[in-house]
Amino acid sequence: MSNLEFTILVGLGSFMAGFLGALTGLGGGVVLVPLLALVFKVDIRYAVGASLVSVIATSSGAAVAYLKDGFSNIRIGMFLEVATTVGALFGAFLATKVSTSAIGAVFGIVLIYSGYLSSRTPVDPPPGEQPDPLATRLGMNGVYPSLSGPKSYFVHRVPLGFGLMFGAGGLSGLLGIGSGAVKVLAMDHAMGIPFKVSTTTSNFMIGVTAAASAGVYLSRGYVDPGLAMPVMLGVLAGSLSGARVLARTKTKQLRWVFGAVIVALGVEMIYGAFTGKL
Amino acid sequence: MFTKSDWTDQKIEVIIANLLRAGVTLAAMVVFTGGVIFLMRHGKEPAGYHVFTGEPSNLRNWRGIVHAAFALRARGIIQLGLLMLIATPVARVAFSVFAFVLERDWLYVGVASFVLLVLFYSLLGSAM
Repeated sequence: MSNLEFTILVGLGSFMAGFLGALTGLGGGVVLVPLLALVFKVDIRYAVGASLVSVIATSSGAAVAYLKDGFSNIRIGMFLEVATTVGALFGAFLATKVSTSAIGAVFGIVLIYSGYLSSRTPVDPPPGEQPDPLATRLGMNGVYPSLSGPKSYFVHRVPLGFGLMFGAGGLSGLLGIGSGAVKVLAMDHAMGIPFKVSTTTSNFMIGVTAAASAGVYLSRGYVDPGLAMPVMLGVLAGSLSGARVLARTKTKQLRWVFGAVIVALGVEMIYGAFTGKL
Repeated sequence: MFTKSDWTDQKIEVIIANLLRAGVTLAAMVVFTGGVIFLMRHGKEPAGYHVFTGEPSNLRNWRGIVHAAFALRARGIIQLGLLMLIATPVARVAFSVFAFVLERDWLYVGVASFVLLVLFYSLLGSAM
């Protein structure tokens, strides 16, 4: 395949990944690496490098769209970024030490888990009784606009959320994904933050987390310009158009289909890892 | 009720979000330009990403990348755009430090500064 053909095909594939990722809220990064590694036979290290760069593009590009909701909590985000950036550095260093099949196997597990998450409907945690005193001291409790006027929320179990965020950062650095799913899990399940607030705050954190591991990837030569170019431009264009279409589509069935595709890719990644194809 | 600090946070968020959009747009344009030159010069060559060789050392650190980009090397221009893209979240955190200083929220000045240090360590420490 020539560079021109490769660029067009990878660009189209990345566009689809970004489009579906934005439409379903699952993020495009999670299907990008398996797409590049399994379909285009790209070495997983190049795939992870290109994916990580595109994750930054979508996160920063979507910031304006999320802003209109006015839900994100900058203090929660900044505090948890301490955990995600340190975790991301750790994950990126780990990625340069472990074998490509180990990365593939971990990737497969994360894919299957993300697919499972997509089948659940998000439910807001019941309004908590007692906020974590630590959350109060850190000024994390906030207010968000709802149909019945501004609603206040309290933040719970800060240490557990912080620990989960370290893990989310580590996965992001190891696999070159945004790990938005793990971030939302930590915020809405562990810390009891309303779903809308956790998704918007998560988007805010994804770009910063990815930037922390991007430096390591760049210096190890994992970021190839010829590959990252169509991936980054494709995902960015795809996610921006996906966000535009989002308002007028029913996404429930789509989430199921995309979730099933993700699980299938996960199985394929694990199979590839154990048969030494990655 | 929204307090005064919520309102300030909101205003800061608007500035940051627009800053990020401008950064991403600019980075995407640079990557696109480099991509067009790359395909014009090397479009017919075979694509090979199956075997990992790693990038040449001049495309691994910002000095080399800037140098290659100004020498109008296509891969250097793309890499410069990617570097600008990686810099956008860093700018976001740097701006947050400044915003927390304005709000005199010293605890969060400390938190945001720590995050900024980690980012600098990653970008400058390893990719110098």
